[in-house]
Amino acid sequence: MSDDQKPKNIQDMFERNIFALLTATALAFSIAGIVEIVPLFHLKSATDYTEKTDQYGNVKNERFPELVWERTFTEDANGKLVSEKALYKEDSNGNWVLADWKVGDGVRPYTPLELAGRDLYVREGCYICHSQMIRPFRDERERYGHYSLATESMYDFPMQWGSKRTGPDLARLGGKYSDEWHVMHLLRPQDVVPESVMPAYPWLADKLISEDFFGTERDMTTRLSVMRMLGVPYTDEEIANANKAIEGFTEMDAMVAYLQVLGTMVKLDDSKVYRQ
Amino acid sequence: MDTTAKPQYDDGVVKYLTVGAVVFLVLGTFFGTFAASQLAWPALNFDIAEITFARLRVIHTNTVIFAFGGMTLMATAFYTVQRTNGVKLWSNGLAWWTAILFTIGLLATVLSIGLGITTGKEYHEQEWPIAIAIALVWTLYTFNFVLTIASRNKETHSHVYVSNWFFMGMMIAITYLYVINGLAIPVSLFQSYTLFGGVQGAMIQWWWGHNAVGFFLTAGFLAIMYYFVPKQAQRPIYSYRLSVIHFWALMFGYVWLGAHHLQYTALPDWTGSLGAVISLAMIIPSWGGALNGMLTLSGAWDRLRTDYILRFLIMSLAFYAMSTFEGPVMAAKSVNALSHYTDWTIGHVHSGALGWVAMVSIGAIYHMVMKLWKTEMYSMQLINIHFWLATIGTVFYIVAMWVSGIMQGLMWRAYDEYGTLAYTFAESVAAMHPYYVMRAFGGFIFFLGAVVMLYNIVMTIRTAEARSANRAEAVA
Repeated sequence: MSDDQKPKNIQDMFERNIFALLTATALAFSIAGIVEIVPLFHLKSATDYTEKTDQYGNVKNERFPELVWERTFTEDANGKLVSEKALYKEDSNGNWVLADWKVGDGVRPYTPLELAGRDLYVREGCYICHSQMIRPFRDERERYGHYSLATESMYDFPMQWGSKRTGPDLARLGGKYSDEWHVMHLLRPQDVVPESVMPAYPWLADKLISEDFFGTERDMTTRLSVMRMLGVPYTDEEIANANKAIEGFTEMDAMVAYLQVLGTMVKLDDSKVYRQ
Repeated sequence: MDTTAKPQYDDGVVKYLTVGAVVFLVLGTFFGTFAASQLAWPALNFDIAEITFARLRVIHTNTVIFAFGGMTLMATAFYTVQRTNGVKLWSNGLAWWTAILFTIGLLATVLSIGLGITTGKEYHEQEWPIAIAIALVWTLYTFNFVLTIASRNKETHSHVYVSNWFFMGMMIAITYLYVINGLAIPVSLFQSYTLFGGVQGAMIQWWWGHNAVGFFLTAGFLAIMYYFVPKQAQRPIYSYRLSVIHFWALMFGYVWLGAHHLQYTALPDWTGSLGAVISLAMIIPSWGGALNGMLTLSGAWDRLRTDYILRFLIMSLAFYAMSTFEGPVMAAKSVNALSHYTDWTIGHVHSGALGWVAMVSIGAIYHMVMKLWKTEMYSMQLINIHFWLATIGTVFYIVAMWVSGIMQGLMWRAYDEYGTLAYTFAESVAAMHPYYVMRAFGGFIFFLGAVVMLYNIVMTIRTAEARSANRAEAVA
């Protein structure tokens, strides 16, 4: 190079000063995130107009009220977070069952058993072959059901939209088959669907869901309270009872509980346009 | 030669990483071939949790992308940064610690995924203790690399060479995206919940996911191309100006593309469209870069007949050009409506991963092995055999996935004369069988090539001293 120490232009300066190049590069690739990601946290249209109304995780949707299960959280005299509606409760026979929520009431947090089942869905990597995201095409509608909405996965950390359909979409699997069908299918898929290439999951039937990796205890109380930190509304009582609510169930029970809730929370109105 | 002279460069760590990369290439392609065979013959899952398809597939992607790819990037970056800046590494000790910690992190990743410990985020499956270690590794790697460049003699090396820009761009982008996408709250030592759920989580996930491709597998390997193609061809890079455009367009543009993975999903339409538009625009700099590499051979094309390493490098650029054309086409909304969720995506990924990333790495590794151990290869003929195994394996693989992927997409949307869906999903699965067999076969051929490479390199290293002694005698 015949030049002296003075940079000829900005590119020349970058090539002489590695720290300037580093800074400029970092700026260049930061722009996309600001444009594409930041608005998703603020635009109401990104979440079908479902909005959080306070720090407890209360939500409402004025335009499409059917999408969310609205309940209000308040602090009682002891500073505990309570709600006028209960997600789940212990019935007179000692079973933990859904309480004030009915099918189609709108998106709600998962019960402890469903959430544990969801953890298994992630552990087994089901999302590698199954999507949970129906696109607004005629064939997908007829095969799988109404197209998916952002609100339906707002309590999913992480979302399980998937990217590949080696097997069919599962976004609206819940209620399509009986619990017995799911158990048979998970034990030996080819017995129920001869063409299937899905692996069998016999170990799910052998293990209690209360047991985690390497014989440790699966602590659902911690899991529900972390979910609340992330914005999923649970009452203090629901968090406190979380470990009891999975007692005695197998991994298979939890997995089936999760698969059976998929897509059943909302009753979507076919006459409405939810997405532009 | 004066054997008592101090070595000019810190090459010990480069040697370690180079051999590590080849070992992981063999392992990763083995896992891939095995997983591909499981789709053709599900009995190969053996009802063993640790090797069921979904876990093995993730082990495969992590082994080839982060273990083989990562070790290759680390080896080549440490190799080229010293030679293009005329200095030793800023810290050889730190480089060794980085390499060892990286190896441990990679082995932990493979084991933990087998055990079912995963975040459930594609291409970011490492749970939080391993993810922290990997982020630390990448930060130390970047730190050492940048300070090595900063420590160059500015009189003799006033300007930083283009391969270093690409390496550094890859390093900081990967660290930044990996850390943000990985933010999570632990619920136990083995599990965490990500900070980002739902639609925001999906966008952040693919913002990272596509840039594992765009920065890790593209910018990083372009750095390799910009050093090793001119070196092996013994000619300067075709166009400096094209390199500058290529660099800035990639640094600015690639990060936008993640949204094209989410078209027609619950992500707002404008975001997906924006991703698609920038994807289309990326054809231009990508092809500029590919031409820049290929035209470096202008006037020396005859060397392709005799130089098998150069064959790998130039073939890799052909595949780079092809997959950077295919990618934008698949990002276009009407094509994406068909291709998304099908095996076409898998075919596209492998034309990039086998054809571009693996081939350019293989070329660079052969080149480095000869320089590092100061010897000829044990067998040039085996390199030629490897070249044909790799090329034929790749072509088998991608053709099987193209044909079957498009078939799958068409079967899902086909209607019969009564206006009802023509095929059940299960019928589309059954129709995939012959293509799954063909794909597994293609993968197996590619794996064989990797085994040949490992054998050739091990023999080269083992006989390096003996052969250079022989040669010295012959000369004397």
